[in-house]
Order: sequence, then structure tokens, then C-alpha cells
Amino acid sequence: MLRRALQLGLGRGLLGRGLLGRGLGTHRGGSTLDQNGKVSEIKKKIQSVLPGGAWNPPYDTSYLPPEHSDVVIVGGGVIGLSVAYWLKRLEKPRGAIRVLVVERDHTYSQASTALSVGGIRQQFSVPENIQLSLFSVEFLRNINEYLAVVDDPPLDIQFNPSGYLLLASEKGAAVMESNVKVQRQEGAKVCLMSPEQLRNKFPWINTEGVALASYGMEYEGWFDPWCLLQGLRRKVQSMGVLFCHGEVTRFVSSSSHTETTSGEEVTLKRIHEVHVKIDRSLEYQPVECALVINAAGAWSGQIAELAGVGKGPPGTLQGTKLPVERRKRYVYLWHCPQGPGLETPFIVDASGAYFRREGLGNNYLGGCSPTEEEEPDPGNLEVDHDFFQDKVWPPLAQRVPAFETLKVRSAWAGYYDYNTFDQNGVVGPHPLVVNMYFATGFSGHGLQQAPAVGRAVAEMVLDGHFQTINLSPFHFSRFYLGEKVQEHNII
Amino acid sequence: MAAPRAPLHLVMPVWNRGTRGIRGLSRAVALEGSQKKGRSLLQFLADRFYDVQALREYLLQKQVLKVHQKNRFQGKEWIRSDAHGHFSLDFLKFQAVPVEAVDASGCAINYQGLDSLLALKELQSLWLQRCPHVDDWCLGRLHPLANSLQELSLAGCPRISERGLASLHHLRNLRRLDISDLPAVSNPGLTRILVEEMLPSCQVLGADWAQGLPSGPEEQSQDRASPIPA
Repeated sequence: MLRRALQLGLGRGLLGRGLLGRGLGTHRGGSTLDQNGKVSEIKKKIQSVLPGGAWNPPYDTSYLPPEHSDVVIVGGGVIGLSVAYWLKRLEKPRGAIRVLVVERDHTYSQASTALSVGGIRQQFSVPENIQLSLFSVEFLRNINEYLAVVDDPPLDIQFNPSGYLLLASEKGAAVMESNVKVQRQEGAKVCLMSPEQLRNKFPWINTEGVALASYGMEYEGWFDPWCLLQGLRRKVQSMGVLFCHGEVTRFVSSSSHTETTSGEEVTLKRIHEVHVKIDRSLEYQPVECALVINAAGAWSGQIAELAGVGKGPPGTLQGTKLPVERRKRYVYLWHCPQGPGLETPFIVDASGAYFRREGLGNNYLGGCSPTEEEEPDPGNLEVDHDFFQDKVWPPLAQRVPAFETLKVRSAWAGYYDYNTFDQNGVVGPHPLVVNMYFATGFSGHGLQQAPAVGRAVAEMVLDGHFQTINLSPFHFSRFYLGEKVQEHNII
Repeated sequence: MAAPRAPLHLVMPVWNRGTRGIRGLSRAVALEGSQKKGRSLLQFLADRFYDVQALREYLLQKQVLKVHQKNRFQGKEWIRSDAHGHFSLDFLKFQAVPVEAVDASGCAINYQGLDSLLALKELQSLWLQRCPHVDDWCLGRLHPLANSLQELSLAGCPRISERGLASLHHLRNLRRLDISDLPAVSNPGLTRILVEEMLPSCQVLGADWAQGLPSGPEEQSQDRASPIPA
């Protein structure tokens, strides 16, 4: 025991000397800062474990979305980012709203935005579409004023102001004339051309079968959608929008029953939480939110089903699903050495086949929308090259004889968020799931309307009604009421 | 700008006179006075925001016809500004005479500023050399001048690329086009060839056709010391 006590005493003495030694050591050469940093870290960890303080987990959780967010935007493509941008730009006061953008693929490998041909036109038949496109093109012209970020280089979206040339056969000539009248009323600069004027202007076109052509003189053309996407992403991040690399798997909502004025029972739903599953993991984070914006593009139908849209007896408002489907579209790039030159506009033939010039080396991009019977399986993005041989090349070669000799360089496929009801967008809240807003279903013209749609949705969210462009014809309830807003000029 | 400074002159003496009377002259008081004057000037301007806005728009329109700009009316000589930057009042006599040529070189004209040029239906010659804000979007606007425009010069504009030049094919009466020295055009030689094909009756002044091509045959001829015909 004495020995033990001696040992203890010796040990303590050694310890004491050791401490002293260490103390001397620190005074001599080591840094006191390091010691203090470690001590404060340990203090923080102890405080987080003890009750009464905020939960700061001792491991890195920066990949998880926040636990609370005012607005959750499902989908980080051009529409989702545009909504985020306008929400942040129009909010009062600055910094009032926390916006979270959930995107499950940060490489955008299947996103419609990145795979788009990038055209923008005002030649639509529905006036709201024309207004959306006019504002969007103004946005693109002044893109460096809208999306400027301090110390970052200006954006160059590489706009080609070459215009769209739509060709119509005898059948479609009357519709084209009335469309052009509507377009001119809204302020688009479109001119109608007879086959002879067409031959004078573009001698390489074979005008057989063409009764009328409409040519956009200004503000139409094509640009680089990836640049717009990256510019929006950069700007939106600088404005404080949070991003999460994950997938929405569940909505937790609550229901309440009310009666309408006519005495019918109606079940209103409100989404309280969004479960975001982290990519390549089983972990999920429930995000408490006030609003959900469905900008998931080709996958919006699935997101709407998760929220309970369409779960009910068919023919009722509860049973009306969101009619947005994934549809696969092919784009082919070919080289034709004798092809049309620098003046080539974006030509859309009466048969539905289209093409445009790409670069200065006699390369052309084009494709064709298949008919309902020939719709390819949207399960993957594999390209069917026979489709080019059978459906795209013959009408284009007939229209432009120089295209009889061409060589396909490459091809890719992308999705349309196709609205099977009337091929126009769905914008605005759902009548029953009161805090889910839609911004989807644009069926191939979403990119060119994205800035304007983003502003419209932000106005709806912040003010409760549309202020600049009235998109009430695009409300969800038209699917239940059967009121089609049919767009005739779909490419 | 001239106008907002005028109220400044009005406000300043009144205030200073006031402070001098009440508190006596001292630097500190004058400084405080000028701060207060600054605030009241801001108030003054804020109250008259729309007037200031209208004034600025008017001055911007005037900037289109800036110091170096010259106009030529039909059949007459060029009307230029003199050394002080003022135009002689003669040109007011020509209000009914159509404008034939406009030289806006070096001018800060932009997309909106082109409104005034596009209204000139008989314009034959337009020089937009070295204009810093003329870009592809502006070229897309020139199609209303298609009937009359015969000469267009875009030399040295830093923002014009080959994409904007594609929209010049509307100008079918163009006889002379100058697209030399465009830094944003990626392939000047090839662009000149394509523009010449696009406008067959137009004489295009631009980069050399062979610019950007490797000078292969000449190097070989130096080795063999015998000229190879190009």
C-alpha cells in the first residue's frame, strides 16, 4: 500500500512534471492558439450533447437540406431556377423567404433544358404564349442586367437572330393567317410570304406544296440553353437560394373538409413536409415547408401523384390527374456541304419536320415530332436512327433538295414534358392541394417561356394573383372543366 | 447634367443665408448645413422623380445625335457639328427633307436608340463604326431599312459576331458592307465568304479569305526554292 501510495505519488509527480514540461514546451515554441481552438471545439460538442442548446451534430451535414424552408421547388431546370430567381427578386423585404431547390441530377444528363435545341419564337396561336415569349426574349437580350453577379464574367448566350420560318400547306394556310394576325396584335414582328416571295428570298427551298409561309423578322432565333441554365444557377446561388442534391419521395400533408357554396363536400389538402431522399443513400430529410412548386418537367406527373393529385373517382376534381407525360424526342446533327448558308432561319415544314443551321461549317440540327401512334418508349434516352431515315430525312430532302446528300454526324434524345390535354403549360396552384403550384407541361416550348413563367409564378406566390401576364387560362382546373387552350403551332 | 444642378444652386444660397443668420458662420455649421441641403435635394429630386426621369430620357435621345455625328440630307453636303459641338441652326430648315446618310461612328447608340434611325425611310448609307453598344440584337432590327439602305459599315464594333451578320440578308439593296475588324467574330475569313454568298450583289469589305488558314504551300515552296502557283 505504501508502495502503491509511493507509486501514485511518483506518478502524480511525474504527471505534474509532465504537465509542467508540456507547459514549458508550449511557452517555448508551440502555439497557444491551437490549444484554444481544440478546447473550444470540445466545449461546443459537449454543449450540443447536453440538453438546452441547439442541435449541432458533431459530423458534417452540409449535404442535407435545411429542416425548414418556406418554398420548396421540385426540379432544378430552367423553369425551377427561373421561379427561384423571381421569388428572390420580387420578395419584400430582401431575404424574407427561404427557397430550396431540390434537383436529383446535378449533371442535368436527362434534363430537357440541357438537351433542348434552344429555339425561341413568338409564332404561337395562343396570345398568352406570345406574351410569355416576348418577355422572355427581352430578358435574354438584357440577360447581363438581370443575372449579373459581382466579379463574375458576363454571360454570352450566343443568340442567333435568324428567325423562324413556318411553312403551311393548303390545309393550314387559313389557320396560319389568323395566327399571324394574333401575333401581330401582341407585338410580334411576323411577315407572311407567298411561295414566290419565298423562292426569291431563299432560292434553295423547293416550294412545292407550300401555300403560305410566316417568317419572324425580329426577336426570334436560337441560343445556348446551357449558358442560360448556368447563368441562372450562379445568380440564384448568389441571391441565397439553397440547393439540395436529392429526390422528393414523399409529401406529408393534412386534410380538412369544407363545403362549397353549393353544399358539396370538398377535401382540401395542405402539404406540411417534403421528404427529400439524398442521392445514392437511404438517408432522407423531412423539410417543413409552406409551399411546394412542381417544376419537375417530364417527371411532374409522378410528383403530382405523390402529392395526391388525381386520387379519387374519375370524373371528379379529386380524380383529375395532372396530364403531363414524358415524351421522347430525337434531335439529329448532320453535315451537308452544299446546304443553305448563313441566312438559314429555323425552318419548320408543314409536315412537322424542322431544322436549323448550327455554326459556320454547313452543319444542321433537326428532327421531327412523331405522331401519336409512333411515340417511342420514354423509358430511356436511346436514339432510333431509323426514325431519321424514315420520318425526318424524306420531308426535309423534299423541301431542301440540297439535303439529298448529307451525313449524320451525331444524334441525341431528350424529353418533352408533354401535356396530353392541350400541349400548353400548367401554371398556378392546384384547386384542392392548396399549397402546390405547378409550372410544367410546356410540351417543347418551356425553355423559351421560362423567364416569363418564373415571374408569373413568383407573382402568384407573393401577391396571390398575376400582375404582368395573365396566365389564368393555364390553370389546372381546365383539365376538370374540359376547357382546352389548344396551341396549334407545336413543333 | 445641367438641369438637376440648377435647383442645387437655388437651394444652397437660401440655406446658407439662413444658418448664417441664426448660428453664425462656422465650418462645422456649414458642413451640417450642406448635409441637410443634400437631404433636402434628395427629397426635392424624389418628389420630382418622373420629371427627372423624363429629362434623362430626353437627354439620352439627344445623345444619339452626339458631337461626332454627321447627317447628310438629300442632295446636300454633310451637316457636321463645329468645334464647340454645336450644330448650326441651318438644319432646322431641312425638316421636310429626307435624311440620306447617317454617320454614327463611335456613338453610344444602343438597341433603343435605333428607334430614331429606323424611322428614316430613305436612309441610304449608315455608318456604325466602333459603336460600343451595337450588338447582334441591334443588327436584327435593321430590316425596316431594307428598301433603301445601300451602304452599311460595322467596322470595329466589339459586340458584333457572325450570328448577327446572318440577319443582314434582309438588306437586299445593300451594295457596300464593311465588316472588317470585328473582334467578336470567331472566324473572320470564313465569315466574310459566307456573307458574300449570302449577299451576292454586295461588295463586302472584311478580313482576308485565307485568314486563319495555315500557310502550307508557301512554306513548302521555301523548302524547294521553286514557286508553286496558288
